[in-house]
Amino acid sequence: MKLNVNGKDHEVDVEDDMPLLWVLRDELGITGPKYGCGIGQCGACTVHIDGIAVRSCQLAAADVDGDVTTIEGLGTPQSMHAVQAAWVDHQVAQCGYCQSGQIMQAASFLDLNPDPSDDQIDAAMSGNLCRCGTYPRIRAAVKTAASKLQGV
Amino acid sequence: MGRVRTIARRSFLVGSAAVLGGVAFGTYLYKREVENPLLDQLAPGEVAFNPYVMIDADGITLITPRADVGQGAYSVQAHLIAEELDVDVSQVRLDPGPPAAAYYNHVVAAEGMPIAAVSDSFFAQAGRGAADVAGKLLGLQLTGGSSTVPDMYDRLREAGAMARETLVAAAMAQTGMAREQLETADGAVNLPDGSRLSYVDLAAAAAALEPVQDTPLRRPSEWRQLGQAHQRSDIVPKSTGTQDYGIDMQMAGLVYATTRTNPARGGGMRGYDAAEAEKMRGVQAILPIREGIAVVADNTWRAFQAAVAVNCDWGDSPYIGETEGQIAALNASFAKDQQDSRFRDDGDVEAALGDGEVVEASYQIPYLAHAPLEPMNVVVKLGAGRLDIWTGTQIPRFVQVNAAKLAGLEAEQVYVHVLMSGGSFGRRLEDDYVLEAVEIAQQMPDVPIKMTWSREEDFTHDFPRPMQVARARGKVAQGEVTAFDLGISATSVTESSLGRLGQPAMGPDVAIVAGAWDQPFAIPDYRVTGYRAPAMVPVSSWRSVGASGNGFLHESFMDELCHAAGADPLQERLRLCSHDVSRKVLKTVGEMSGWGGDLGPRRGRGVAFVLAFGVPVAQVVEVTDTDDGIRLDRVFVAVDVGRVLDPVNFEAQVTGGVIWGLGHAMNCELTYEAGVPQQDNYHAFEGMRLYQTPEITVRGLENGEKIRGIGEPGVPPAAPALANAIFDATGQRIREMPFDKHVRFV
Repeated sequence: MKLNVNGKDHEVDVEDDMPLLWVLRDELGITGPKYGCGIGQCGACTVHIDGIAVRSCQLAAADVDGDVTTIEGLGTPQSMHAVQAAWVDHQVAQCGYCQSGQIMQAASFLDLNPDPSDDQIDAAMSGNLCRCGTYPRIRAAVKTAASKLQGV
Repeated sequence: MGRVRTIARRSFLVGSAAVLGGVAFGTYLYKREVENPLLDQLAPGEVAFNPYVMIDADGITLITPRADVGQGAYSVQAHLIAEELDVDVSQVRLDPGPPAAAYYNHVVAAEGMPIAAVSDSFFAQAGRGAADVAGKLLGLQLTGGSSTVPDMYDRLREAGAMARETLVAAAMAQTGMAREQLETADGAVNLPDGSRLSYVDLAAAAAALEPVQDTPLRRPSEWRQLGQAHQRSDIVPKSTGTQDYGIDMQMAGLVYATTRTNPARGGGMRGYDAAEAEKMRGVQAILPIREGIAVVADNTWRAFQAAVAVNCDWGDSPYIGETEGQIAALNASFAKDQQDSRFRDDGDVEAALGDGEVVEASYQIPYLAHAPLEPMNVVVKLGAGRLDIWTGTQIPRFVQVNAAKLAGLEAEQVYVHVLMSGGSFGRRLEDDYVLEAVEIAQQMPDVPIKMTWSREEDFTHDFPRPMQVARARGKVAQGEVTAFDLGISATSVTESSLGRLGQPAMGPDVAIVAGAWDQPFAIPDYRVTGYRAPAMVPVSSWRSVGASGNGFLHESFMDELCHAAGADPLQERLRLCSHDVSRKVLKTVGEMSGWGGDLGPRRGRGVAFVLAFGVPVAQVVEVTDTDDGIRLDRVFVAVDVGRVLDPVNFEAQVTGGVIWGLGHAMNCELTYEAGVPQQDNYHAFEGMRLYQTPEITVRGLENGEKIRGIGEPGVPPAAPALANAIFDATGQRIREMPFDKHVRFV
């Protein structure tokens, strides 16, 4: 089947029900999306399909119906997305393993809701688990990114 | 090349004394210099000044041997070296180095001894010295016990200073200038005319000199890097998906594996039927291992699917398999012949509690999983006479030795490449997952194998924090707490985890009572007794170890006694506190939180204090009793680590510790049926999520005489401060974790 990931077309030969996460990680070698739980509970595997955040561990390869963007396609160390830059400014990451997913969730959320309230941030980001407890900095970074994206 | 190696070895043999710096006492073996492990691995043109600084034509490499499991250890170790070496950390390479005796941890073993952190008696100092000797003899290269900073603070700065001054000596020889004319900055020696001699260019000449030793270290007032906020060395990779963890390792010819072993740990396997699984797409092999089976496939997901499809006949749990039975065993262990320790026994508790009204309470704490977000994984490759292991680990030397033993190799034939860990919280102090992969490699040599556990395998094969039961009695008089008697029954973490590493655990287990027996309170009749319950399911160190639960036991009962006495919980702790640094911490948290002021209706606050790992921490939690349940509003934290090396990372570690302590106390437990943990993924073990996270304000004090670590001390006071706040708001006393069995949280 065909997949477009980070602007590049790939032909992969996998079972229809192989989760997108494992196509990305083990077939294509794109390791930014992480395996954390496999049941949509932690959000470490979050990627975008046509700009919308999805849990790639829950999306079967055959059901991918748009362009896939992973953290690697959102921005690069040399050219970071505003959300990534805010994550760096606030030094959010500790172990960092969940942060690819947190950032992809936040980027999609701010795209849909550029001026969120505190409660909306809490609701949007609570599906992403962080075992290190970086939540206060995630809150602050989402707000910083929102301001930047709005050009405030 | 030969010449460089010879020179480097000689330079180290002199330099090593500086690295060990004035700690030489005890046995001959202890005195003998440890080898510089970098010398065996030097490439042509590389120079190693000591086990921490290596220079080649491409630049400077700093060796940061303590593992980074998210706590920022690489960054802080690099800055300790860089402060004296005068290099920009962003311009050098960092490398965790190989497993080696040179990197032994000379403070962590002291945590296992009954020496109060605040004590400086002769016995205490001699005890810490003995632990240092033990650490070196064992080659205890271990990351844990919040020991990275206290262990590395002098060592790494001395290594940086020695390398710097030797490079400067080379510059002096080259230019004929005096030391006073030369300055160092950004990896170069600066000459008075503004020109620079880079360390890289000076390295070969410097390696031919006698290393310059005994250079005085810069005083904190002279620091150029330490004490300030820095961008963590890993923050950009971790914000862009470019940080490689163990699970991300890729190499040519890699195959993907997983293992499945008895979820009732220790039960073994009677047999298995892999007929169906063998037919599944991508499956290359299904192999027996000691405790179960391994699947090797061409994709991790296919390996997971096939592992579940294998029909395994598991043996029975050799341990007490039901939660009720485990609780009963703990309760049955409050017996004279199971008394493990009584390190605190002030006054005469028996007499004090002999008559009159006694306050009594009992408490219970469940098993808890570490469940770091990156599940256990490792890449192994076994060739002829060589085993390579790539993994995140806190114990590279044990991994090396134990893997060698299993594979029938010498330790020197095992190459452990330590990688970034996606969390640990103590889980990567174990090497069980590595050894399972080695078993696969023995049956599939010459192939690189990436073994990854499913989340379910990870949860059911953790070595959790042990369950604990406590019985407390106390007395109050004239508005004061006068007697305090706490008995704690638990399985020994030390016995369980050291046993797996092939090390004996002698004497009482301090972990059973840590964070309770050693608290700086002058209660007239004050006793803490540890009871050793029989070994049940294997257990291990969980972020802040014994103190993680004992803080809840001690500080909940302290709060109950204050309430019984009609005393203010903060003022009474201040009155009883016998340690000046701790008193300042308590005072500070009172000021930060506006303690005593009116919070308004349906609101409450609680305070708790725990001194663990030598770090006094006081926390105040504020809650609101809403119509939908308890809401956590704010947390104030005052901490004294002696000296804060990086305020941003310090705040992150304290905040993370508070959230770790709160989330598990509120929402988490492992319960058992037939020896199998019933919580096998995050839906049943939530920890804390963002919506429940309170505002957290942290203040770091610097009154303590010694520098301490901060990875763990934020944890222990969080749970009791919350329970005490809920009592203040609602009048409901919670004596059992998780708290959500008793109250609802919003």
